[in-house]
Amino acid sequence: MEAHVDIAGKSSETAAGRRDYLSVLLWLLQAGPIIILVTLVVAFGLLAPHFISVRNLQNLLAQSAIVCALGLGQFLVILVRGVDVSVGSVIALSVVTVATLTGVDQPSSVALVIYPLVGLIVGLINGFLIVKGGIPQPLVVTVAMLGIVAGVALLISGGNTLVGVSPAVHWLANGKVLGIPAGALMVLVLAGLFWLMLRRTQWGRWLYAVGGNPDVAQWVGLPRDRLIMSAYAICGTTAGIAGMLYHGRTGSASPLSGIGYELDAITAVVVGGASLFGGRGSITNVLFGALIIATIRSGLQQLDVSPFWSSVAIGIGILLALELDVLRKHIETRIRTLRARQVSQ
Amino acid sequence: MSVASPDSISNVASAARLALSVRDARKAYGFVTALAGASLDLHEGEIVALLGDNGAGKSTLIKAITGIVTLDSGDIELDGRPLRLRSPADARASGIETVFQDLAVFDNLTVSDNFLIGREQTWPRWLGPLGLLSAGQEQRQWREHASALSVSHVSPSQEIGLMSGGQRQAVAVARAVAFARRVVILDEPTAALGVRESDEILTMVRRLPERGLSVIIVSHNMDHVVRVADRAVVMRQGRSVGEMTVRQGVQKDLVAMIMGVT
Repeated sequence: MEAHVDIAGKSSETAAGRRDYLSVLLWLLQAGPIIILVTLVVAFGLLAPHFISVRNLQNLLAQSAIVCALGLGQFLVILVRGVDVSVGSVIALSVVTVATLTGVDQPSSVALVIYPLVGLIVGLINGFLIVKGGIPQPLVVTVAMLGIVAGVALLISGGNTLVGVSPAVHWLANGKVLGIPAGALMVLVLAGLFWLMLRRTQWGRWLYAVGGNPDVAQWVGLPRDRLIMSAYAICGTTAGIAGMLYHGRTGSASPLSGIGYELDAITAVVVGGASLFGGRGSITNVLFGALIIATIRSGLQQLDVSPFWSSVAIGIGILLALELDVLRKHIETRIRTLRARQVSQ
Repeated sequence: MSVASPDSISNVASAARLALSVRDARKAYGFVTALAGASLDLHEGEIVALLGDNGAGKSTLIKAITGIVTLDSGDIELDGRPLRLRSPADARASGIETVFQDLAVFDNLTVSDNFLIGREQTWPRWLGPLGLLSAGQEQRQWREHASALSVSHVSPSQEIGLMSGGQRQAVAVARAVAFARRVVILDEPTAALGVRESDEILTMVRRLPERGLSVIIVSHNMDHVVRVADRAVVMRQGRSVGEMTVRQGVQKDLVAMIMGVT
């Protein structure tokens, strides 16, 4: 009998030990993006002499601002178990619409409103089709919209590129405040707003709830459809804002703008540790994800590695991030069973 | 606590006012009839076990009372007044709370988030869902209710996905109980739980009538039914086919009634 008690005591002790070890592993996974980012910056800094220079870091921030803006909205959509691949062509449509409506040689600040407005409209259509259209595959819906929006951009512009951009937009994309690129600052403020809305408001908590368990969300009476639509609407809006930065940086309005950016946006969110299973992730990690991509691109460039390799590196990064997410789910289940075993002992 | 014999409880119950009544509920999904005229009475402070084999219509009946499913025909009355439910939110507003089968919690949210979901207070109010939440106030709310529901050992800021099945179910039950004003519905609350965890949940359920609540519990475990229920209602093929006062030792009779071999 005494021996029996001893064995039971020991096994519960090891269970607690294993759980602590798993908890630490889980914490490491959650802190992963910042660890990876710091490691990359240090590594490239040691390998490439000019990597950590003011000029290069400014450039890196300015470049990543567009992907950051896209990532903020994309994160909301992925949070509710969706995905929006139409954001690349939203860049093209917003740029072309502004150029056509306001002209390119007239400095006009009205443009500042038009970019996000174009995105908002596309986002609302995406959300409406997915929620009310009863199509259960957000990927396919937004692929269709990608084609439609890109086509409309070509139709509006007649296939022509209009060179020029309003001074306000040019400054936002290229100007600096205290040495920090204005675009990066704008995105940082936007990220702060997103963080507040997601972590401190009822809407934000409900968005996490819908992503965590859409069925239960409906059972407890949350406005599930409206929440999902709001995520797509905001995703479109941030794509419009990304369009503004893109226009400012390139200085011209091409109907072929933004091609491929949807992949960078999704990559930033996934590498930032958000789960494609929904309901997990944070705004700060999305920013880190976007910075990781920009760092890999810029670092490899500094090392004179062929840019073809950076696609391969980023692709491997996505796969790794996805596998780590699966590992996270697995660890959580293990912790749960260990807890249950301890309760029953 | 003195325990009244099950018979006397039942007599008290039938003398008590009707809390909820369902009359001639019908519901078909295409060619499949889920409910073919089911009826159910629930008195004030009574615990009724709703029994039946898989596909007997228990879940559909519960979903109708919860506002998830709209009946093709039939009436639901709460305290003698007709109840028109268009959504789960309507049911919650009428004082009916449900604990759904298979752990209806959000794994990615904390204990107090789960507890208050859909009932958060925001400031300023005119901002609606975009108003700010107060974590401190929410944790206080949890502690107030938790001590009354014997789940006070659960920390409000813990993520619920990392807790054991029993703890998670306890939070789900606490959520239903804290905010129900009339009726609590429990759909297999112990299905996923171990012995000790089931025990804790059942003890919690047994004490609900003290708070003036009526309870409908669905379970496949006859021992659990005998422990908590005053009365059992048996469904078969979408109809209520019989009922029985529950007391010690009726397990076999209940099973026979469910299978229709009496």
